[in-house]
Amino acid sequence: MKTAVIKYNAGNVQSVLYALERLGADAVLTDDPEEIHSADKVIFPGQGEASSAMAYLKARQLDQVIKDIKQPFLGVCLGLQLLCEHSEENNTECLGIFPVKVKRFIPENSQEFKVPHVGWNEIENLADNVLLKDLPDSKFLYYVHSYYAELSEATIATTHYIHDFTAILHRDNYWAIQAHPEKSSTVGEKLLSNFLSI
Amino acid sequence: MLTKRIIPCLDIKDGRTVKGVNFVQLRDAGDPVELAKIYSDEGADELVFLDITATVDKRKTLAELVTKVAKAINIPFTVGGGISTVEDVKVLLAAGADKISINSAAVKNPGVIDEMAREFGSQCIVVAIDTRDVDGIDFVHTHGGRKPTLLKTQEWAREVADRGAGEILLTSMDHDGTKAGFANELTAEISSALSIPVIASGGAGNMPHFKDVFTFGKADAALAASIFHFKEIGIPELKGYLIGEGISIRK
Repeated sequence: MKTAVIKYNAGNVQSVLYALERLGADAVLTDDPEEIHSADKVIFPGQGEASSAMAYLKARQLDQVIKDIKQPFLGVCLGLQLLCEHSEENNTECLGIFPVKVKRFIPENSQEFKVPHVGWNEIENLADNVLLKDLPDSKFLYYVHSYYAELSEATIATTHYIHDFTAILHRDNYWAIQAHPEKSSTVGEKLLSNFLSI
Repeated sequence: MLTKRIIPCLDIKDGRTVKGVNFVQLRDAGDPVELAKIYSDEGADELVFLDITATVDKRKTLAELVTKVAKAINIPFTVGGGISTVEDVKVLLAAGADKISINSAAVKNPGVIDEMAREFGSQCIVVAIDTRDVDGIDFVHTHGGRKPTLLKTQEWAREVADRGAGEILLTSMDHDGTKAGFANELTAEISSALSIPVIASGGAGNMPHFKDVFTFGKADAALAASIFHFKEIGIPELKGYLIGEGISIRK
């Protein structure tokens, strides 16, 4: 089984590859459409800024490649946001896989709530979903982000920071996680291994 | 709920852990990878690797070690010590570091913070500030706290945040090594004034010190070295205590 990790200007690609290596997955980093389409699983990492990431994807026609994927697909962090419809970050039109808007955290009280949301926070309101099965009792994931996806019908887990936001999305063959499973200890590893066994 | 982070700090010299680590289960007491793995398994929320010889001896932190650590552990980690250019950062991030920390280089050339934040994003740029009280005023110090500068700590903290630092690692040289508690007042002042997280460092001696720095000190994270290395406080024990005290902590 081959897992393609989409190569683009995202910061956490190496960490995702190491995490897959720890799980014994056969992963390849690639921006070649044929190689992506022929993989059994596709992972779309992300860390950085939405508009420049979208511009990069479009310049290499990777936007269309992502929309055409039929196999299980997992977006991570910025990867989740780019799969949504629109992001407030530099008013960016995104890929539109999920009919969801991405907004900036606005703290009511800046002393209590800092932006970005950095650190370990819990996933809650878990739906019955193949990605979420048999997770350990402690469900903390590592987050680093200033923008969040609104709650939607595709939301299968939420996290609370200032208010509830979408922690994990699922629709058809697309899954997406706002946190960094590759840096989220055993819970993150379980999410990744669940994805690999879909 | 977002949790407060507990961060062990590993001092590295020539790719080896220094500062007498006292772990019976370690096969090789100087192997940073093995120690990192133990802390990660025990529930540390993040790790910081500080190449303590780097600034003084102009040695670069070994990217090789960073790669070994990145392959071995599944929690975020920061690498600091002697980092001064965008190129230094690029090498360490490519090797697998999640964040880098700069200190003296930022004081010498503050524009490098903007440059690094623009190039890699604020989320991976930690600015370390070593502070010491000089006649009642907090001043930034460099070179492991030995060299005073004319920068007032509060003003410098504001400036690095404005320039794009993602987090501040605030070490009180007055408290460091005393085991008498963190610099709660100064930490609270800086944490309240800024919208970025503040990691408090220097002075941890017992478990209530951590509670104090998270409550009175308003710290987002607390860093310590020797009390963890010498097993004076175990991470599971510390986390259990803090949860019992009503602090939001990752189990």
